[in-house]
Amino acid sequence: MNRIVTGAHYGLRDWLAQRITAVIMAAYTLIILYVFATGPPLDYALWKDRFAQGSMRVATLLFAASLAWHVWVGMRDILMDYVKALAWRFTLEVLVLLTIAAYLGWTVQILWR
Amino acid sequence: MSDAAVRKKRPVYLNLVAIRLPLPGFVSILHRISGALLFLAVLWLLFMLDRSLSSESGFESVRRYMKLWPVKLGLLAIIWAYCHHFCAGIRFLLLDLHKGIDLATARMTSWLVLAASLALTACFGWNLW
Repeated sequence: MNRIVTGAHYGLRDWLAQRITAVIMAAYTLIILYVFATGPPLDYALWKDRFAQGSMRVATLLFAASLAWHVWVGMRDILMDYVKALAWRFTLEVLVLLTIAAYLGWTVQILWR
Repeated sequence: MSDAAVRKKRPVYLNLVAIRLPLPGFVSILHRISGALLFLAVLWLLFMLDRSLSSESGFESVRRYMKLWPVKLGLLAIIWAYCHHFCAGIRFLLLDLHKGIDLATARMTSWLVLAASLALTACFGWNLW
């Protein structure tokens, strides 16, 4: 049997995580749309004020964390399907991880400045 | 010859140009493309969020920036990608729950996803400009 070793039982965990994070992000999207659609016309004061609230910061951080995990599973799936050469796949996977880490760091910096 | 050996010798035919993808497959590949696009778009979106929250003048500069037509076009592509990924994602979640897995329903919901994401894109695009 041609068994390819890819690690130990992370398949189900990531499958589940991708779906849970999707639901979290969908909920955030609807809430944000509602908050800004029902509020007054957007200007800098309102924009700044909304992102100064603790609930908004925590919700956005939760969204960013969900996105980070979700995008890692998704991009890894894409790379596993289309990039056959192991060296290339590994390099690209590391690049994706570094990008995600940078995104997360930047998000925290923007939210708590 | 054993069963496995026969299976191994079957030709692999994956000419991507010649394959006629069924409609649900089309929605599926668009889900991947839109997802990859959104991953790259985060960089640009974070840049704009950063500027817009930095100061009053930063906010206004982003507002002016968003009025340029190449920027509008890019944002429209991102809005479509988000809407498609959102709608197709809900369809996949329902499929996971074994809702709508028969062929006729699966085709119908595929059309629904394509139409809804385009309609939403038009709606948000209209509202932004």
